[in-house]
Amino acid sequence: MSTTASLDNRQTSLSKAVLAYVPRLETVGAWLLALLWISPLFYAAWAAFHPPGAVAEFDITAPLTLANFADAWSQAPFARYFFNTFVMVTGIVIGQFIICTLAGFAFARFPIPGRDVLFVLVLIQLFVFPEVLLVENYGIASNLGLVDTIPGIGLPYVASAFGIFLLRQTFKTIPRELEEAARMEGCGWMGVLLKVYVPLAMPVYLAYGLVSISHHWNNFLWPLVVTNSVETRPLTVGLAVFSAPETGVNWATISAATLMVVAPLLIAFLLFQRHFVQSFMRAGIR
Amino acid sequence: MRTLTQHRRMQIYGALLLLPAAALLSTFAYLPTILTAVRSVYEPGRGGRPDEFVGLENYTYLLEDPVFLQVALNNVIYAIGTIPTSIALALIMALFVNSKLPGRPFVRMAYFTPTVLPMIAAANIWLFFYAPEIGVLNKIVGALGMEERNWLGDPSTALGSVIVMTIWKEAGFFMIFYLAALQAIPPELKEAADIEGTSRWRFFWRVTFPLLMPTTLFVLINATINAVRVVDHLFILTKGGPNNATNLLLYYVYETAFSFFDQAYAATVTMTILVVLALLAVLKFGYLDRRIHYQ
Repeated sequence: MSTTASLDNRQTSLSKAVLAYVPRLETVGAWLLALLWISPLFYAAWAAFHPPGAVAEFDITAPLTLANFADAWSQAPFARYFFNTFVMVTGIVIGQFIICTLAGFAFARFPIPGRDVLFVLVLIQLFVFPEVLLVENYGIASNLGLVDTIPGIGLPYVASAFGIFLLRQTFKTIPRELEEAARMEGCGWMGVLLKVYVPLAMPVYLAYGLVSISHHWNNFLWPLVVTNSVETRPLTVGLAVFSAPETGVNWATISAATLMVVAPLLIAFLLFQRHFVQSFMRAGIR
Repeated sequence: MRTLTQHRRMQIYGALLLLPAAALLSTFAYLPTILTAVRSVYEPGRGGRPDEFVGLENYTYLLEDPVFLQVALNNVIYAIGTIPTSIALALIMALFVNSKLPGRPFVRMAYFTPTVLPMIAAANIWLFFYAPEIGVLNKIVGALGMEERNWLGDPSTALGSVIVMTIWKEAGFFMIFYLAALQAIPPELKEAADIEGTSRWRFFWRVTFPLLMPTTLFVLINATINAVRVVDHLFILTKGGPNNATNLLLYYVYETAFSFFDQAYAATVTMTILVVLALLAVLKFGYLDRRIHYQ
């Protein structure tokens, strides 16, 4: 790694020699921090694959085992929790795509009276989240018969201000000429939206979809409040119930359960790392 | 005349497009906000009597409630403990990952991975880490000849332990915003600085850091929102204990509403969170967005 380019030609050879070590120090620092950062996860992985006794004693020589995973899987209805999370996340993302596309399109292209005021009202939701209002939202969900249902977990998040904002910004950058061309071919507004705007915004949908999936896969507080049965509980809530100290489950089994819950998203992340990182960047920076 | 009706039709069409989002936002954002504010000035009627308007009485009680004061102070400490450190670490991580580093993909993955874990899973892992007797931290501390502790059970270390875990979870997330911003800095600036013989240290403080200011403010606001909004880890690590040492505002709302069944008071505590969030919104939209150049 060449650092000579960054060196001042007035500097002495001694300081040059010292500075030549700076990048190496940086490398060491970067790697130490990386190892420190990943170590809790490695440790959890180690614990999940070893017998509970060996985990408590830190026996590095203990044999590998899958028994902890089998235990976790049989002691709690994780298959059902996986199913619930999958249904919930799919529902939320589809709902968000539809609702936010329509609203984003309206804000980008239609002369709605009071549009700017309405848009600011939407942006307020960027700060006021369903889980912050959990007491009243529980009451509302209860009045609508949504308590302990999967739509009850998802509906408060479907009209996402973030999604509306993101799609409005994207739609505004699409040249009107493209729209005119579609109109010439006899498309109505829905045709224009589906044939021109949505296809051109695909990268934004992908980014927003990834961010939304990881957010809702991991979401906890509102699902905890609004669900109270195995049939509706998502993975996060199921894991919290499973690992509550009252249940007396051992560390190794809890580690295995934790890894199971984390695995799908983690594997997806490792496979599509670049997509994930870029999506978070794109969605966050706007 | 025809263009006028066309305009009118577009207005109606636009309003219809907006309707589903408006209905959902009204139901799950505006209505509950208003209900929270209303409930905070009422006392629930006992024995079937209607709710009684009590004005600011709940708020007076709030200011005299030692638990609330402690929880609010905890949240301030939590914010001060987590935000600057996560932001500084995020910036350092981004600088590391943005440089020509051997094994850069692994390093970037290691920094970012905690971000994709659920807070609940992260807390499970760290609970294990902090546990008395068998916890890893105590093994390390013991090996170094220092005093072993019940990190989460001791009021003097519990909040600090929660803060450390939060930093671990958040720093990698903020890193990516810095990384994006660093990649947007034109390389010509660095070349010019090299020609003039500017030291790297000086270049960072005079050029890079000021150029990253919009990112820092963006991250700062998001980190502050998270400090009042995310309490998932408390459900696993401490349940707000010992003796409220790690209780935060939103967790206190949850406890008040669902363990003590005092919804009026829960609404009053929620109002304090809403005030904090409103201040952040005003800061962002009213001030920062006009001062710094966002795209």
